[in-house]
Amino acid sequence: MKRRRTIRVLLIVGLSVVAIVVAPLIGYRMINPLDVLGGGLTELETQIFWDIRVPRVCLGALAGAGLALSGMVFQAMFRNVLATPYTLGVSSGASLGAALYVVVGLQFSVAGIAGVSLCAFGGAALAVLLVYGITLMRPGFSAASTLLAGVAVSFFFSSLILFAQYLSDFAGTYRIVRWLMGGFDLVGHQSVLSVLPFVVSGIAIVAFLLHELNLLTVGDDIAASRGVDCVKTRRLLFFATSLMVGGIVAVCGPIGFIGMMAPHICRLLIGHDHLRLMPVTLAFGAAFLVLCDGFARAVTGSYAEIPVGVITALLGGPFFLWLLVSDTGGGRLMED
Amino acid sequence: MSEAALDVHQLCFRRGRHDVLHDVTLSVAAGDFVSIVGPNGVGKTTLLKCLMRILTPSAGRVTVLGKELPAYRQRELARHMSYLPQSDHRVPPFTVYEYVMLGRYPHLSPFSTVSADDEAAVQTVMGRLGVSPWKDRDLHSLSGGERQKVLIAAALAQGAEILLLDEPASFLDPKHQQEIFRTLGQLNADGVTIVMVTHDINSAALHSRSIVALQHGTVEFAGASEAFMQADVLLRVFDIDAKFVDHPQTGRRLLIPEGQV
Repeated sequence: MKRRRTIRVLLIVGLSVVAIVVAPLIGYRMINPLDVLGGGLTELETQIFWDIRVPRVCLGALAGAGLALSGMVFQAMFRNVLATPYTLGVSSGASLGAALYVVVGLQFSVAGIAGVSLCAFGGAALAVLLVYGITLMRPGFSAASTLLAGVAVSFFFSSLILFAQYLSDFAGTYRIVRWLMGGFDLVGHQSVLSVLPFVVSGIAIVAFLLHELNLLTVGDDIAASRGVDCVKTRRLLFFATSLMVGGIVAVCGPIGFIGMMAPHICRLLIGHDHLRLMPVTLAFGAAFLVLCDGFARAVTGSYAEIPVGVITALLGGPFFLWLLVSDTGGGRLMED
Repeated sequence: MSEAALDVHQLCFRRGRHDVLHDVTLSVAAGDFVSIVGPNGVGKTTLLKCLMRILTPSAGRVTVLGKELPAYRQRELARHMSYLPQSDHRVPPFTVYEYVMLGRYPHLSPFSTVSADDEAAVQTVMGRLGVSPWKDRDLHSLSGGERQKVLIAAALAQGAEILLLDEPASFLDPKHQQEIFRTLGQLNADGVTIVMVTHDINSAALHSRSIVALQHGTVEFAGASEAFMQADVLLRVFDIDAKFVDHPQTGRRLLIPEGQV
């Protein structure tokens, strides 16, 4: 059993790396890998490959890895199969920030970072602080309090987004709705550099707390009796993953599905031990989002693009349901 | 058996406006086997959770192995004291081996993998409790009784000197109960201090040396188990008219269930 799981881990991580490496070559204009290695790219191909596709694939991989990882953390931390990176209101906060940017008619950028991303990150940070503040009003920083505070803040912000849309003109409403779909339309190296610190620091903190995550999955009483400082651990995970999600959503918009389903798919394939689950979730999340984005590019050609959030659910949903009912993975969900 | 493993002084715990525990004072000698008994809702589980620092008392002082409880880091505390909570009926999504290995957490560093010591400790407790044959099975696939043995194995894998057990024999049939209490007896003989919450007065009388009885959130009785099995004590604690019989092998007093004609 152990050997079979190790092979699966290596297989998933290996295939994911291959998918991410190959992805920049695929698109409306296919690029020969030998030209990339041998310097045989034309000027146009060089621009397409290095200035458009590589940053886009890097951003997709970072966003996919970060969203999948935060979904894994939230599901374990709250012992809730329905938890997603957006459960705690980060996405609603970011969306509200972006919506206000559009409604107020702001136009600015700071150090190459778009103003809408900065406003979205501000909204995400506000949501995180609000949820934290509300949770502190009850003793113990409990999972239930955090979860309920997150859901309440999320609903409140969602209402404000609707109100912002109501106040906007037609063009503004379209911009808000389009932003809410998420995607990688205008991606450059700067976008990758903006997201990178959030994802790297989030991954580092979660990697440091994998044993604790295993124990939080079992429940606070057992975790505490094994020596986990549940309040401190949950607070650290809450901030690390929320800020990571805030950084991603600020640049890419709220891309759905992946944060909820990628961890479940990985659990079905390799089990629940977070020491194995984390690398697989990171690799699968990264490759899955990159592939979905590649699919969106390849299918729609150079004229228009389906938002990647639409593709993630369209492809991932049936795949997850197939795994769930076919018993191919042989694993279990959190509460089977 | 003279040095105190646990000292509890005027411990209080308040939930909302309700005093769950008030002025609980007791001492558990190192190497003792103590049962905590009392009617439902009297605060037995709350007391164990306060001792393990899962709940924070509103007043009072707890000393573990001569050191005040707040002075411990949680991981350090877990190296000295292990706790088996009552089952919350949510089955952890792990195999038996993975779950028992979680008991080694206090001995692991963040990125460490399993050491030879951890492996040996886990194999020993799994063998001791007879759960080794189920090593690769999901906890979901075990019966309630089998699962309880695995939970106990994980608590033992911690290698602590003090064991706090909340209803360890619940869900177990008589054979498995015997096995569990035999294992606990051996551990106690090896010097492990055991504090067990139980509703089963006869188990408490048979297996423990001392009994602490709680009533209305405070200590109503603390003493040797023989002294507890008296009609007046049981009347005070449980409000029952107790009848006894002597155990044919150990000579210890046992409570006879009330018969109905």
